[in-house]
Amino acid sequence: MVAESKKKSDTSTKKNSKHKLAYSKEQYLSWYELMFRIRKFEEAALLAYNQQKIRGFLHVYIGQEAIAAGMESALIPGDAIITGYRQHGTAIGRGCTTKECMAELFGKATGVNKGKGGSMHFFSKEHKYFGGNGIVGAQIPIGTGIAFAEKYKGTNNLCVTMFGDGAARQGALHEAFNMGMTWKLPVLYVCENNQYAMGTSVTRTSNVQDIYKLGLAYDMPSEQVDGMRPESVYEAVKKAAVHIRSGKGPYFLEIKTYRYKGHSVSDPGHYRTREELKSYMEKDPVKMVEKVMLDSGEITQEELDNIQTAIKAEIKEAVKFADESPFPAPEELYTDNYSQPDYPFMKD
Amino acid sequence: MGKVLQLREALREGMAEEMRRDENVFIMGEEVAEYNGAYKVTKGMLDEFGAKRVIDTPIAELGFAGIGVGAAMNGLRPVIEFMTWNFAVLAFDQIVNNAAKTLSQSAGDFKCPIVFRGPSGSAGQLAQQHSQTFESWLGNTPGLKVISCIDPADAKGLIKSAIRDDDPVCMMESEIMYGYKGEVPEDEYLVPIGVAAVRRTGTDVTIVTFNKMIIEAMKAAEELEGMGISAEVIDLRTIRPLDHKTIVESVRETDRLVVVDESWPLYGVSAEIAYEVQRYAFDYLDAPVVRVNSADTSLPYAPTLVAGYLPNPEKIIEAVRSVTYQNT
Repeated sequence: MVAESKKKSDTSTKKNSKHKLAYSKEQYLSWYELMFRIRKFEEAALLAYNQQKIRGFLHVYIGQEAIAAGMESALIPGDAIITGYRQHGTAIGRGCTTKECMAELFGKATGVNKGKGGSMHFFSKEHKYFGGNGIVGAQIPIGTGIAFAEKYKGTNNLCVTMFGDGAARQGALHEAFNMGMTWKLPVLYVCENNQYAMGTSVTRTSNVQDIYKLGLAYDMPSEQVDGMRPESVYEAVKKAAVHIRSGKGPYFLEIKTYRYKGHSVSDPGHYRTREELKSYMEKDPVKMVEKVMLDSGEITQEELDNIQTAIKAEIKEAVKFADESPFPAPEELYTDNYSQPDYPFMKD
Repeated sequence: MGKVLQLREALREGMAEEMRRDENVFIMGEEVAEYNGAYKVTKGMLDEFGAKRVIDTPIAELGFAGIGVGAAMNGLRPVIEFMTWNFAVLAFDQIVNNAAKTLSQSAGDFKCPIVFRGPSGSAGQLAQQHSQTFESWLGNTPGLKVISCIDPADAKGLIKSAIRDDDPVCMMESEIMYGYKGEVPEDEYLVPIGVAAVRRTGTDVTIVTFNKMIIEAMKAAEELEGMGISAEVIDLRTIRPLDHKTIVESVRETDRLVVVDESWPLYGVSAEIAYEVQRYAFDYLDAPVVRVNSADTSLPYAPTLVAGYLPNPEKIIEAVRSVTYQNT
């Protein structure tokens, strides 16, 4: 997690005020490092999938990196996150290492979940990361319950409960929104609206296309946010967190984003036009934040190059680690099904 | 030395003792607080524990089951009451896809110590949607433990074990047995999950059953006694894990088995028990295993159809006569 470090507007700035950084240099470099790490991790994962090192489903986060970066920088230690199955970026944002995440994708015993969860299910109690959930929308009530427990225990923590635009059409959302508001639970609902539920565009799934409006039905403060810039995500999450921590209950952010790749690797994305994809490529969050930093004159190309070089080496190392790690031993099949150590499984 | 309690009182005592023992235990469900429980199982609990720990929910089974799962993953020990297991079908996603799988998905990082409980099975003329049993459905799912019992002493000891268990537990009770009385020990005790009880010893045939069918089986056993047939009656109490050892040991003594199961016949608890016995007591069997289930139909409303649908002592006696070759 990155500490808040908003710059005072009146601090001396050598550069043209039009281009000066809205936040500290350290903040931008931290955002950039995480976004670039997620981007390179996902590119390496796609390559490994094509090499059949990774199997099963693989849903990558490319295009949505600014959300993980902006969000983490606005949270405090103790806050929890739960999300859906497009979750590598969220887990890395929480602090899971690229090594253990890549090893998980490779199905290896050294993975963040010992090779038992795969692409959709990274979990880390250490980082209060309640995982990637593979059932669309099921994490919405669970995240509400995580927040319930925080309130029950009397902490100041909140639970960020993330889901996609597809999940926003599940009934579970409405039940969770209703109880979250009724009981004033410390939960930040975040819809990462990448505009496609697999191959079905938001425009085809409901009469209500501004998803944030669903929160209004429960009198929940609800806003739309630009998800291509870490600054806007940071500001929105920060503001929402203040509201939530004051005991007023949930807040809902619909963060508009775009996924550059298909729903999963098997999806060629024929439901989108080339022009649409191209228009979003121009808004690539990684490229945009690079431009903001360089335009400010406060950050040099050399500094970015150094980050890039270090992260490329880190990802290369992660792939090597994953590749060389062992698969789980066969007896691991019977571990972690029950906490009870001597549970009598039916074996014949 | 014991006291006589109704099933609902025994369950309440068990829950209340655990709530006094552990601050992290709370109960949530429809009408559990201000209404004192749809079947009065939670009567008085709001007064003792307050609204923080005895929580009325809106009618949203999927939502509050999911909130329970999240709370359990984050350190609490929820007891989620369903007004009936029939309504829990709306929440099966959370029970089957999440509670049961959290430990495996997270490779042991996140436990899910939660109890889902409520009445299961028929309860008079409640018709198709309010009369189903779910032991087979949930017993089929690794990651869950499933209890089904109506004996007050057992229910109290088992719900206490369930609340203390670090794994998700589904507990099936019975609407029409909440007033059923039994002797309950005065001192604190636990009943272990996964252990069956021999309710009646016998030498000629083993009858295996659970939940309220124990009543029908005991009636049948008494009548059979008069007919010169000595029946041993086993109450499973826990459906998953299954105490096949107690069953197999009994059949190895009696050489004959009848399974009485209010679930539907196909792919059910009765089929599993028959499998276990053919696997581990094949050489002892003197007759094919016979089962008595509810009819392989939905349960209609009319009384004659209810009577035709459910197992009863007559059907059980007929089954016993069949395995003892007295049905000529």
